[in-house]
Amino acid sequence: MLNILVRSLWNRRGTAMLTIFSIVISVTLLLGVEKIRKGVRASFSSAVSGTDIIVGARGGQLQLLLYSIFRIGNAPNNLSWESYREFSNNRRVRWTIPFSLGDSHRGYRVLGTNQDYFKYFRYGNKKKLEFSKGKSFYEVFDTVIGSEVAKNLNYQLNEEIIVSHGTGKKSFLQHDDRPFKITGILRPTGTPVDQTVHVSLEGITAMHVDWESGAPPMEGESLSLEEVLKLDLQPEEITSFLIGLKSKIHAFQIQRRINSYMEEPLSAILPGVALQELWNILRTAETGLRVITWFVLFAGLLGMITALLSGLNERRREMAILRSVGAGPVTISFLLIFESTVLTLTGIIFGIIFLYIALIVSQPILETYFGLFVSVDFLSLQDMILLVGIVFAGMLMGLIPAIKAYRQSLADGMTVRI
Amino acid sequence: MDEAIIDLNNLCFRWKKSGNILLDIPKFQLKQNEHVFLQGPSGCGKSTLLSLVGGILISESGSLKVLGQEIWDLSRSGRDAFRVDHIGFIFQLFNLLPYLSIEENVMLPLSFSSIRSNRAGKTKLDRLNEAQRLIKSLGLEEEQAEKRPVIELSVGQQQRVAAARALIGNPELIIADEPTSSLDTELRHSFLDLLFEECKKSGSTLLFVSHDSTLSDNFKTKSSMDELNIIN
Repeated sequence: MLNILVRSLWNRRGTAMLTIFSIVISVTLLLGVEKIRKGVRASFSSAVSGTDIIVGARGGQLQLLLYSIFRIGNAPNNLSWESYREFSNNRRVRWTIPFSLGDSHRGYRVLGTNQDYFKYFRYGNKKKLEFSKGKSFYEVFDTVIGSEVAKNLNYQLNEEIIVSHGTGKKSFLQHDDRPFKITGILRPTGTPVDQTVHVSLEGITAMHVDWESGAPPMEGESLSLEEVLKLDLQPEEITSFLIGLKSKIHAFQIQRRINSYMEEPLSAILPGVALQELWNILRTAETGLRVITWFVLFAGLLGMITALLSGLNERRREMAILRSVGAGPVTISFLLIFESTVLTLTGIIFGIIFLYIALIVSQPILETYFGLFVSVDFLSLQDMILLVGIVFAGMLMGLIPAIKAYRQSLADGMTVRI
Repeated sequence: MDEAIIDLNNLCFRWKKSGNILLDIPKFQLKQNEHVFLQGPSGCGKSTLLSLVGGILISESGSLKVLGQEIWDLSRSGRDAFRVDHIGFIFQLFNLLPYLSIEENVMLPLSFSSIRSNRAGKTKLDRLNEAQRLIKSLGLEEEQAEKRPVIELSVGQQQRVAAARALIGNPELIIADEPTSSLDTELRHSFLDLLFEECKKSGSTLLFVSHDSTLSDNFKTKSSMDELNIIN
């Protein structure tokens, strides 16, 4: 019986393969979207893996998370250096990393920070930043660039770059009198670090020292490089700072203290909580995406029924022959359910193979161009349940042509009027 | 041995409860080892009668015993099993499954019936040998049989394969529904001769149905639907 089924299906392999193909596509899409969704979440979480608290000027927690970690959007305000000093000296705080944002280089954000950034910042699975070339910045006009900046703009060590004022891609205000020299290039991290130009806090101050209220100095009033370097370049303000605690137990206590700081209105957020808020916003988009992939799957299965149903007429003779040698209508309809199950299963198997090939091929591309790390690991339990569900859906879909075949073979019997 | 293979009494058949009566046959009998020619124009209900005998259709009244078994007393799956165990069918055209080899086509009923499977041979090899013997004795060259897919066979060759399939495992009754209509005259007679011979060998009773009365000379027992069916 199994032999008959397989040979019969093989006889119709053209249609069968098209059907399988459409199921392959939908299974790949369904699992792939799930993988990418997890990858997106993992990349977001990865960018803040070692940080306990993020502090910025008073504002929304999501906004603070987005501009300080993901370099999306702008800070509503700065915070004073004194506040930063106050909390970095707290006895519960192990380390702090100051961030000064607001400038850019050819679309890439410029981040002013200090050596603690390279010492304490962690990403992914608590990994430290590493240099692929060169070393950290030591002079005021030194810069360390992320791997993607180096790759996409084809920068080498010791090249000089100009920083633009503001964060737009096309800025009219250039800090072209104070070029920065590339002293280091970081290894890829799969986080926004790759797309960041890092300079010292002093470098940020030096760029703006003779500016007044966001406007460049009048002609003849700008200071020469030598004059700038003689000044005290300690910043008066920074944009935000990250805190690593000695013990996470005190996270809420410190957060509360920062939020109720009397000297200056500040916001302290816990990255995990802020990410949760981000997920809530993204959920709608994710759901939309998932609904679309479900429809693709539905279309695939519908295509299968169509193929089976339209094949039934041509197969009347086949069924009549099987009836004459003793196959009952139940056997005939079982044949069709079995067929749809075989088609679905084959589609799923090839879908999984196709998914992994696609993942392996696209992984480096996604990582370099989108900073998105999609892990090539085994299917999750959730995926398995999903696949079992699809098999059942396939069987169920087979029921429709099966019922038709049942009726048809009852009516036709052994004779077919063609 | 004059036990009736088919014993039909007062059969009345219509497709729907409210429809016209299509068949009304007071009596029809087929004795063991008889070769019966049943003549009737197309559309007179021959195929319907055969479907009734095969247990695919059931009638609301009358009695039909095949091999002494009241066939409409059986359940539907019982009738399906009974059909393959005791009856071999040959149709007018397209008897074969195109995706199976010639031997596989011949051995098809064996996978549905253990009775016929046991009769055809104890082991798989025995059964294959029996299939090959039938193919050969029905006049198909062995090398042709092995190499070519069934769809490349001529119609005459296809009908011989179909006959071999009906005969394998020696079913008590062979029903041939216009098996020669698509063959030319010369082939018709040689096909009939081979069919008679094999039926004799296996002790099968043959019910041969055709609209073509010129074939009736080959049969001792003749009958026609006009006589059987009092509706017409």
